[in-house]
Amino acid sequence: MTAHAAFAAALLDPDVAVPAGLTAWNGVDPMRRFAVYRNNVTTALTGVLADSFPVTQQLVGEDFFCAMARVFLRAHPPRSPLLHEYGHDFPAFVAQFEPARQVPYLADMARLEWLRLASLHAADAPVLAADDIAPLLADPAALPGLRLALHPAAAVLQSAHAVVSLWGAHHGVGALAEVDPYAAESALVLRPMLEVLVLRLPPGGGIFAAALAAETTLGEAAAAASADPSFDLAENLALLIRHGALGALRSSARN
Amino acid sequence: MTLPIETSSSSLRSESACRGGALGPAARGHLPARAGVGLKPQHFQDILDSPGELGFFEVHAENYMGAGGPMHHWLTRIRECHPLSVHGVGLSIGGQEPLDAAHLARLRILLARYEPEAFSEHLAWSTHAGAYLADLLPLAYDGRSLRRVCEHIDEVQMALGRRMLLENPATYVEFADSTMSEADFITEVVRRTGCGLLLDVNNAYVSAVNHGCDAAAFLAALPLEAVGEIHLAGFAVDRDAAGEPLLIDSHGSPVADAVWTLYEEVLQRIGPVATLIERDHDVPDFATLAAEAGRAEALLCRMAASTAEVCA
Ligand SMILES: [Fe+2]
Repeated sequence: MTAHAAFAAALLDPDVAVPAGLTAWNGVDPMRRFAVYRNNVTTALTGVLADSFPVTQQLVGEDFFCAMARVFLRAHPPRSPLLHEYGHDFPAFVAQFEPARQVPYLADMARLEWLRLASLHAADAPVLAADDIAPLLADPAALPGLRLALHPAAAVLQSAHAVVSLWGAHHGVGALAEVDPYAAESALVLRPMLEVLVLRLPPGGGIFAAALAAETTLGEAAAAASADPSFDLAENLALLIRHGALGALRSSARN
Repeated sequence: MTLPIETSSSSLRSESACRGGALGPAARGHLPARAGVGLKPQHFQDILDSPGELGFFEVHAENYMGAGGPMHHWLTRIRECHPLSVHGVGLSIGGQEPLDAAHLARLRILLARYEPEAFSEHLAWSTHAGAYLADLLPLAYDGRSLRRVCEHIDEVQMALGRRMLLENPATYVEFADSTMSEADFITEVVRRTGCGLLLDVNNAYVSAVNHGCDAAAFLAALPLEAVGEIHLAGFAVDRDAAGEPLLIDSHGSPVADAVWTLYEEVLQRIGPVATLIERDHDVPDFATLAAEAGRAEALLCRMAASTAEVCA
């Protein structure tokens, strides 16, 4: 084991002994000094997770969240210095973290907050404007074969829980007491200007947007979304265009 | 070491020059010998509203490695009217493993995009076996790590096509394996690689107190002629197992008086050099941070007899 391997192992696990070969000018036990590094690592990484998942933290409280984050960071230390990517695996961890089972919508809230962070840093790209799609509407026969893709900063989350209403209630939109957390909702995350927005999609809208994100044709996406009898294609398409959730057409998009 | 100050006083103070993007690559050379602060998202708008107030801004490279979005939007606008220093925290130059080629490539792209006047990294390591540990970790100062650090800096300077500045660390432990002092180690790295020194005066003070040394003597033993930028920051005070002070490089409070004194001594030796107030925690409003930078700016002006118009 190299010196840095021993140092790194002891940093992440407080049960591993302080590495050999550390000294202090006054000859005292280096434990307290090494603890500064342990504390820096834990504080930095739990801080990144708390900043990335603020509502997830509010739902369980700071103490629970920090304890959960410490278990996560020991099992999954970051694999790159890009800490805005560190939350990528956190929602899946929350989903199987036994003590978090009491809050069944916690993992979906973490998923939603991860999508918000990913949207914030996603690539800049032109959106599909209403003017771009007008000529396509003139040829209804070709519409079902059209492939519309989501904008790089747009994403959809289909949840069995009221993630959008819960998220909104933590941001001053609606009263938390009036939210039924067990009402299924689908969220559309997007970044029209410089800020990330979270919208609740209409019935079937989650299936529809997810299908578009998977690059199916418009016809296939509409057919899939029609599993929800109240799905309205025109309403959903208009909503996605109005909010800039679709990417500009590529030349091969029309077939 | 004296850096040209005129680049900051003339064109950069003019708001119209910024709006027109007049600060093209040709105008970029060294950081001006003025005071700057670390760029914080909560200050983006204040900075655009007050062009010329500060000499430069510094960003952590890794915070601007996302594909797009507001971070790049704001940095692009701010960079159009201010000199820029890019400060990496994730390259792990002191690591025992090869440098992360993907990260080095990301740095190359970032520097090509923003063309900063300075690029710096740390004499420390942060990655081992693929795990990024989110801290600047200490290394033993021996022949093997000297060779490794020099190889890494050569590789960085080659890949980036520019000279880098290496920052002296704040440390809390020392190593039985060390065979040379930190100052000797840094002197040798600078001599072998030709890199410059980012002198963090707070780190020097913190390390000196933590290791029972004299900070002034440590500074005097460094290759100060290679200093291309100075960092000033605040520390927190803890105690070690014997009750001796253990200073923590926290970046969470104003610069301490002892550090200001050492800073003045450094300026007397080497003349005015671009100086950054580093603040990463409990970040105050922009006016408060700018006022602290103003204290450094006043000292820089006193040192530079030929820059009366900047001081006025
Ligand atoms: Fe520093």
